[in-house]
Amino acid sequence: MSKQINVALIGNPNTGKTSVFNALTGLNQKVGNYPGITVEKKEGVCKLPRGVKAHIIDLPGTYSLNASSLDESVVIELLLNKNDKDYPDVAVVVSDVENLKRNLLIFTQIKDLEIPTILVINMSDRMKYKGISLDIDYLEKQLQTKIALISTRKNIGIDRLKELITNYRDLSVTPCLDPSEIDKPYFDALRKAFPNQLIYKLWLVITQDVNFGKTDRNEIDAIASFKTKTSGDLKRLQQRETIKRYQFINNVLKKGKTIDVTQAKDLRSKLDRILTHKVWGYVIFFFILLTIFQAIYDWSSVPMDLIDGAFASLSEWVKTTLPSGAFTNLLAEGIISGLGGIVIFIPQIAFLFLFISVLEESGYMSRVVFLMDNIMKRFGLSGKSVVPLISGTACAIPAIMATRNIESWKERLITILVTPFTTCSARLPVYLIIISLVIPEGRFLGLGYQALTLMLLYLLGFVSAVVSAYILNKILKIKSKTFFVVEMPNYKLPLFKNVALTVIEKTKSFVFGAGKIILAISIVLWFLASYGPGDNFNNAEEIIKTENVANNLSDDELQQKIASHKLEHSFIGIAGHAIEPAIRPLGYDWKIGIAIVSSFAAREVFVGTLATIYSVGNDDEDTIKNRMAKEVNPVLGGPLFTLASGISLLLFYAFAMQCMSTLAVVKRETNSWKWPVWQLVIMTAIAYITALIAFQLLK
Amino acid sequence: MQYTIAHLKRGERGVITDVSSKNIPLKLLEMGCLPGNFVELIQFAPFQDPMYLNINGSHVAIRKETASHILIEKITHE
Ligand SMILES: Nc1nc2c(ncn2[C@@H]2O[C@H](COP(=O)(O)OP(=O)(O)OP(=O)(O)O)[C@@H](O)[C@H]2O)c(=O)[nH]1
Ligand SMILES: [Mg+2]
Repeated sequence: MSKQINVALIGNPNTGKTSVFNALTGLNQKVGNYPGITVEKKEGVCKLPRGVKAHIIDLPGTYSLNASSLDESVVIELLLNKNDKDYPDVAVVVSDVENLKRNLLIFTQIKDLEIPTILVINMSDRMKYKGISLDIDYLEKQLQTKIALISTRKNIGIDRLKELITNYRDLSVTPCLDPSEIDKPYFDALRKAFPNQLIYKLWLVITQDVNFGKTDRNEIDAIASFKTKTSGDLKRLQQRETIKRYQFINNVLKKGKTIDVTQAKDLRSKLDRILTHKVWGYVIFFFILLTIFQAIYDWSSVPMDLIDGAFASLSEWVKTTLPSGAFTNLLAEGIISGLGGIVIFIPQIAFLFLFISVLEESGYMSRVVFLMDNIMKRFGLSGKSVVPLISGTACAIPAIMATRNIESWKERLITILVTPFTTCSARLPVYLIIISLVIPEGRFLGLGYQALTLMLLYLLGFVSAVVSAYILNKILKIKSKTFFVVEMPNYKLPLFKNVALTVIEKTKSFVFGAGKIILAISIVLWFLASYGPGDNFNNAEEIIKTENVANNLSDDELQQKIASHKLEHSFIGIAGHAIEPAIRPLGYDWKIGIAIVSSFAAREVFVGTLATIYSVGNDDEDTIKNRMAKEVNPVLGGPLFTLASGISLLLFYAFAMQCMSTLAVVKRETNSWKWPVWQLVIMTAIAYITALIAFQLLK
Repeated sequence: MQYTIAHLKRGERGVITDVSSKNIPLKLLEMGCLPGNFVELIQFAPFQDPMYLNINGSHVAIRKETASHILIEKITHE
């Protein structure tokens, strides 16, 4: 096998690196018109002319080689470590024709590392529209490079880029600038101390704290300790270096790029005048939100019902077709209903990602972030926290993943910690059934009490998220720079292909990632509910039959009684009885206890668990409701579900952290068990205390 | 009086004269927020914070706090 050419795609955020990557490799990595879509290194293979192969690496966007965040340091670590297996034979700097000046900064830096470099000028389809013309020959000469003027949207220039990569050995490696001009004596001393090293590389190593890989660590340490300057001085020198680079770039572009202003169309400022307006901006945002809610709750209910029905009949079918036995029961009640519990969320998740992806691809997301930053800042959040808080109303899992582009770690952590307070769709069935039981049907100012209660619960979700953010902001002792810089990209028509791919990819990763956990839990729950220790469980049938000989029950009624007796003495029933003393002050009995325990896997099992406990054969909400209404409080007498215990339950579900999958995602995103455990403990404590107070006051 | 970007009104322009690199993220400098470059205020959110700017051709939004560390000379319309 001939050696592959290592190619690294480098450049500012949002210039189309991933689009170039997809065009070269035929892969489908996520693309979006919002800076910071790519946060990890991605690899692929590209077939070049004459049977040569290239190994392409897509990297996170970075404004320069002076890394200021974790995803940016990925780039510099790669470029400074010659022993890295991905060390590029050729660097492809991707730039956006409209932002060429800024994009060239990192180009000059990479040239100064004497790496063979190709300059890609992307989005050439926008040149006519903006009245831009380029003198490519002149630019190639001045920048001492080869240029590919391409458009990944229109698929122009990709072949030329492949050609350039194939012939990378012809590229010049002359640096653009001599950094030592910024402080001659200092650089002379440096050169003398390390005569074999590239001067610009030395300078980069000195000015940052990144991890450069193990291989030349010793040498690097020696260089890094060459600090005869204070960090303030170094920063000033870095600034001077940046100024020098811009001078060079401005000179080159003065002749190389011309803009005919009369030809330029300015859609951006027209749209921005409305979309970022002090009043209209918020009004429009509000209407967009309403549409999203509408879609998530209304439009997705049809496919969700279909899925629900399909899984119910599948489970029924399995039970009747397969020979009866433990395995069939596990399949029908454990695995299939567990799978149904994942699949049922696909429509909502897909709708949510559809909207978020359209908002991202159009460039509108940055405007929302701009509009909301001021409000969010007061609570220790960032404008960028709005995105997760909105998507949290569908499901906290994708919402927490959407925090990745918040640059301040403290603001990001707070956002992750408070997002689960927002009323996610899994709470909805619980709310609906309890509200219909305990809240009277009357009206207040034309609004039904029941609808009003539901609205209050949503409001409660947002308010508790924001208030806890405020408290966390006061108590968390994390030093992190809280700067806020958002690029405002050009508006673009979302590309159907990009949107569709995002929706499919994200939905898939939700189903497989979180799905595994939900599935595992539901299998465990099934076992705990289907088996129990001792005679009381194993001889349930005889016990019930002897108890009820005189009662003349129908076969169905008898079967229900047996099932409910079994459940009471199953492992999970025993657990329910064990926790009863703890939940009695909240107004619950052991059966609700079981529902709560199983809800810690996922809230949405609440109704299903109660359905089994109350021996109702199906999940039909009305029958469960009637049963629930008849339940009697074991201590106080009278109905179990009163206003007091109902409100107490609502509050418990509003606050408690009852979602394994969310905890798992928090663990992954914060890279430690500490935060999810805290979240679980504190949220559950709040839930318990508020529920306790509510019940004791109202009873 | 010493003008900073935080003093700009909508549609006003200026030329950056000095940035205190201690209080400014490097990222902003690299986007072109450097002495000699022009800056224009496109829009602000309520309470004039954050500010939506065109700095040397880059469109960015930054908080007012950060903006107040970037000194400018106002370009007045002649
Ligand atoms: N008009 C036009 N838009 C393009 C072109 N190439 C990419 N885009 C759009 O530019 C935006 C950014 O593309 P990405 O490929 O995600 O950019 P990136 O450099 O990988 O961005 P980060 O990963 O965030 O650093 C997307 O909205 C693309 O659809 C092009 O040739 N023409
Ligand atoms: Mg990318």
